[in-house]
Amino acid sequence: MIVRSRLFTGLIRTLRNIGHRFTSRIWRLGAGARLFGLTLVYSGESFRRFRLTIREVYFTGVMSLIIIMVSAFFVGMVLALQGYNTLQKYGSSEAIGVLVALALVRELGPVITALLFAGRAGTAITAEIGLMKATEQLSAMEMMAVSPIARVIAPRFWAGVIAMPILAALFSMVGILGGYLVAVPLIGVDSGAFWSQMQANVDWRLDIVNGAIKSVVFGVACTMIALFEGYDAPPTAEGVSRATTRTVVTSSLTVLMLDFVLTSFMITL
Amino acid sequence: MTQNIVEIDNLSFGYKGRMLHQGINMVFPRGKVVAIMGGSGSGKTTLLRLIGGQLKPSKGEVRVDGQVVHQQTRDGIYQLRRKMGMMFQHGALFTDLSVFENVAFPMREHTELPESMIHDLVLMKLQAVGLRGAHQLMPSELSGGMARRVALARAIALDPNIIMYDEPFAGLDPISMGVVCSLIRTLNDALGATSIIVSHDVKETFLIADYVYFVANGVVAAEGTPEDLSKSSLPFVHQFVHGDKDGPVPFHYAAGDYKQELLEFEA
Amino acid sequence: MERTTIDLWVGIFVALGVAALLGLAMKVGNLTTNNIGPTYTVTANFENIGGLKPRAPVKSAGVVVGRVSDIKFDPATFEAVVSLNVDKRYNFPIDTFANIYTAGLLGEQYVGLDAGGDEAKLKNGDKIMHTQDAIVLEKMISQFLYNKASEGKDDTPVASTKSSDDALTANPLDDMTKNKGAAPAASK
Repeated sequence: MIVRSRLFTGLIRTLRNIGHRFTSRIWRLGAGARLFGLTLVYSGESFRRFRLTIREVYFTGVMSLIIIMVSAFFVGMVLALQGYNTLQKYGSSEAIGVLVALALVRELGPVITALLFAGRAGTAITAEIGLMKATEQLSAMEMMAVSPIARVIAPRFWAGVIAMPILAALFSMVGILGGYLVAVPLIGVDSGAFWSQMQANVDWRLDIVNGAIKSVVFGVACTMIALFEGYDAPPTAEGVSRATTRTVVTSSLTVLMLDFVLTSFMITL
Repeated sequence: MTQNIVEIDNLSFGYKGRMLHQGINMVFPRGKVVAIMGGSGSGKTTLLRLIGGQLKPSKGEVRVDGQVVHQQTRDGIYQLRRKMGMMFQHGALFTDLSVFENVAFPMREHTELPESMIHDLVLMKLQAVGLRGAHQLMPSELSGGMARRVALARAIALDPNIIMYDEPFAGLDPISMGVVCSLIRTLNDALGATSIIVSHDVKETFLIADYVYFVANGVVAAEGTPEDLSKSSLPFVHQFVHGDKDGPVPFHYAAGDYKQELLEFEA
Repeated sequence: MERTTIDLWVGIFVALGVAALLGLAMKVGNLTTNNIGPTYTVTANFENIGGLKPRAPVKSAGVVVGRVSDIKFDPATFEAVVSLNVDKRYNFPIDTFANIYTAGLLGEQYVGLDAGGDEAKLKNGDKIMHTQDAIVLEKMISQFLYNKASEGKDDTPVASTKSSDDALTANPLDDMTKNKGAAPAASK
């Protein structure tokens, strides 16, 4: 009898937990959307002083350059190696340029850049905003009649949106160079075939512009998630560290999910 | 022009069903230093946020310069806040800006002053708190007391009518405490401003305050000049002022019968 | 001081991004070759277009001269109606032959135009009368395997990269020419 009632209360508690988690997710989604809306509303104020945004482009974009370029280089090299290994079985090893370029421009460029961005710049943004909140800097700003959304959130948001496509384009370009280095000097694929096959099969509008559109969308998502997690973090050391973790998890999942949605739109278009 | 720059009228505030304040009345006359005292968690800081319009009261109202704060639009509240300066508990300096830029921040945000004038004004404010020599340091290079003084310089950057201090003495060594203490008084008199201090440091607060409110259990438990309160025989005030271990604020958290609870486990 | 270095770095960063995008456009993508000027539209009916897609290239003598603009199904004749946008600079004779080819063994399909000898040129809205259907991959593979089997040797297509390269460039063309007569007949 006692065992049964314990089981019952345990079940109820589990159900309640699940329900609570669900509602809190929905609540956070709403709060995040509200912050997004406010950010757009206050963007005018931050555009008038674009220097603030430039400063944040430095911290989010320029500081991510090294990790993006090094990763891209290796991703490109691995793609070329793996691609060659498979393609040469079908006697089309000169199609390696197409494979590397399409994989990078369409998918890996935007997606890996976004994942790395979430880990490098996203966490930095969350931690910074969270700490500003914990040390009452945001409150202080508000008490000085300065909106933290206009002064702190919006510039970082636009910096992320600007930096992401640039980083993704660099990722693709450096990745292709990495692939070229493996394919042409190392494996011995003809250099002319490498480039001409690539040019014949990579479309400006369908591949490159679509890739850029993806990276802009990922830029909006990753930056907004990082900003929201920081802005919403409990003002304690523990709260900020949890928020930082959540930034990476949520950003990664969102990017992969959005990638699927965007790709399915782009394929049918 | 009313005589009181800030008036709190029958104010109640609470969130998540728990009432923090229940019918508080306070007045803050122009040119005075008024302290709000009380134990930790008695909602002192919340009162400052209500004055600053960061929170909305559940009942009653706060009037600043005759205007009801929570009835203002966002722009109206921002207009009111320009008359206020606030020093936060740990300074709340912007960690990515230098001392100079921290003090210059409100000027850059709210005025169109030329750079040379901002430069002079910032150095004047820093001179007033004795930190002109530290203007190029970053907040991370400052001691707690220095950070507090920079925050003070920032709070008075736009010559506010009301200066609010949230726990200005907490966590300071005795020397810094003395410095901050005398600064609050001299700046208040020099600027002709009104100071509102939230603190639980009895000695320092009594030294500089003209009038003191004691807040406990959501109401004003006692009020008066520091002299009156020092001699007060009210049990709560006596306990607070003299730091007695037991009194109206009990040493023990509410618990069941001690003996009973010890025996219970055996059974 | 710090401000100017930040500006410098952000400037470099943005310049790199623009350069990367330009590089992608020029070196990787086909923005340069894609630019066909004003076009005129002609249609061609096919019984089977295979895997032809809108925006597929239209080539003549291997040069891109246009794009497939639209593919429709004609419910009256049960044929595919393919609209081709052809560059105005190129005037094809009215008896031009439209074929659907496959680029390489597994490549994308495109429309090839083989110019005829007529004096009259194709105009906007004209219809190409002579068409040649797509080669269905399954048929081609079975033909290929049949040929291999008839050689009597168990020769895998990937004996070496050199020979497989040759196979890729030479064999499909050979097969296509062989199929030219056979494929439409088989599809009927």
